[in-house]
Amino acid sequence: MRTIRFLLQKEFRQIFRNKSILAMVIFMPVMQLIILPLAANYEVKNINIAIIDNDHSSYSQKLIAKITASGYFKLAAYNFSFKQAFKFIEQDQADLILEIPAGFEGNLIRENEQQLFVAVNAINGTKANLGGAYLGTIIRDYTGEIRFDLVQPGRLSPQPVISVVPMNWFNPLLNYKLFMVPGILAILVTMIGGFLSALNIVKEKEVGTIEQINVTPIRKHHFILGKLIPFWILGNVVFSIGLLVSWLIYDIVPLGSIVLLYGFISVYLLAVLGFGLLVSTYCDTQQQAMFIMFFFMMVFILMGGLFTAIDSMPQWAKVVTWFNPVSYLIEVMRMVILKGSGLVDIWKHLAIIAGFAVVLNCWAMLNYKKTS
Amino acid sequence: MKAVTLNGLSKVYGKGKAIAVNKVSFEVSNGELFGLIGPDGAGKTSIFRMLTTLLLPDGGSASVIGLDVVKDHKKIRSRVGYMPGRFSLYPDLTVEENLTFFATIFNTRLAENYHLIKDIYIQLEPFKKRMAGKLSGGMKQKLALCCALIHKPAVLFLDEPTTGVDPVSRREFWEMLKQLKQQAITIVVSTPYMDEANLCDRIGLIQSGDLLTVDTPANIISAYPEQLYAVKADNMPALLKTLSAYDEVLSNNAFGEYAHVSFKDQAIEVNVVQSYLQQQGLSGIELRRTPATIEDCFIKRLSN
Repeated sequence: MRTIRFLLQKEFRQIFRNKSILAMVIFMPVMQLIILPLAANYEVKNINIAIIDNDHSSYSQKLIAKITASGYFKLAAYNFSFKQAFKFIEQDQADLILEIPAGFEGNLIRENEQQLFVAVNAINGTKANLGGAYLGTIIRDYTGEIRFDLVQPGRLSPQPVISVVPMNWFNPLLNYKLFMVPGILAILVTMIGGFLSALNIVKEKEVGTIEQINVTPIRKHHFILGKLIPFWILGNVVFSIGLLVSWLIYDIVPLGSIVLLYGFISVYLLAVLGFGLLVSTYCDTQQQAMFIMFFFMMVFILMGGLFTAIDSMPQWAKVVTWFNPVSYLIEVMRMVILKGSGLVDIWKHLAIIAGFAVVLNCWAMLNYKKTS
Repeated sequence: MKAVTLNGLSKVYGKGKAIAVNKVSFEVSNGELFGLIGPDGAGKTSIFRMLTTLLLPDGGSASVIGLDVVKDHKKIRSRVGYMPGRFSLYPDLTVEENLTFFATIFNTRLAENYHLIKDIYIQLEPFKKRMAGKLSGGMKQKLALCCALIHKPAVLFLDEPTTGVDPVSRREFWEMLKQLKQQAITIVVSTPYMDEANLCDRIGLIQSGDLLTVDTPANIISAYPEQLYAVKADNMPALLKTLSAYDEVLSNNAFGEYAHVSFKDQAIEVNVVQSYLQQQGLSGIELRRTPATIEDCFIKRLSN
């Protein structure tokens, strides 16, 4: 016990003397949680649209007004030929072309039918997809209005119409931040825990102090515990700061139990720290450790369900995410914070993460050799 | 019981490619100051790392205070002190914190063995609140020695403790070792400096993993077979060239401002040599008998 106490004392002294680590632990979560959710937004706005109006009628004007008034589209150009408009797409000044044919109004009233031409620049898939969909909705809406104008109400009712009114549970206003903030917090905790622990032992190797430690009668598990505990505490501090920021700035208060959240994070941190330690036992320089951690972090983050839903991944990718601790944390964070899930709902996640913690730490401990 | 025993100890790096230590055997008695002398890459550090249980031997065996370096490595670790060639204390902890830390992990206290390190620590005391990384080279060595001594080790292993240290600090360091010897601590030290060899009780000359000889410095010197002459001339490069072309010369090596020369004929007259050199057009010739040094012995053994 006395040994561990002194190891911890030494470790904390070193951490508090390293100003950049302190800054990382305190400012990184605050800054990232303030900036990232504002920037990482899926809602596509400011889609540039080029419109070719060959009709110049009141109907076409009405349609254009409706599109620009929606707030999603910006009228980038108002052209007279498709060729002209296409130049705008080529120069990346327009994302969409809408062509209104000549005689749009006349044919619409006479034949009850008219076609519009929409061309989408699909280089940015998300923007193209959503832009096309928005435009489709606006046009459909517009059709409804016209029908209301043209057709007498009495003849409207016999037509069966299925109208869908969606209701959003747990996040009624589809507030994007509510969804992103817990996810980003999960990533932050993972990064701080993983990188700090991986770099720490490797630093001792680089400076050569591990050599001096290895000739002492210090026990392996004492040494590893001496490394784990300080970063476990730091991880919890980062998490608390993150929760505070999301409460103060985004007004996100966990619906579920805070105790449960901390309980899960405690176990999760053990797993992440174990992973960091494992990496450090295989590396000799901080550079190597940094690159290996980076590789895994990229995979963890991009395949963790933060930006893209795991459900829509191909089967093999889903299998990969089973081995990604971050995906469990992101899911649990969203479940507990947004949905108010209890232990009954997350015990499976908890068990898996506990499994990770045991396996990774044991592996790290076995692989840390005092003799080469 | 000997303090350190090596029995055909070997270490091979890579897949049998580089033999770092080749069947080395020697013994160090209790309370002895033993020096392992050899150039860089001779295998000194590998031997030290095997003896301090940091490296597993590939052949042979070794024991420290009667404990096997493989089987009893845990027991050895609490009984020996090791000072690696590279400064390996925490640069971001102060002098005092480093000492306390190492005392603690050896389950002892600074006060308990203070008498051992007192003479050295007194010099460090004014800087005890300074970060270890900010100390001068000599001070770092002293601190490292203190940390290696803090648990009163039975055997102290010092791997090139004076490499990169200025001459004054080097002399001071060896003074400290002599004092430690009086405390009945066995010291095994390695160094690439031949002049430090004379300060050891016994030395082992090592080259490319092979142990050439083990003896007291005096015995090694007296075993030098020929009479050595120190020769000096105004034009040294020309002198060395002339000497190596001279039939009578057996060996000839540059040694500081002199050249150390031995002759085939042990009874050769100094005048004969001198006049020969003058004939060859050399001026300012100085020629006198000189006792052999460890370096001469080392070079002699290498050339055989």
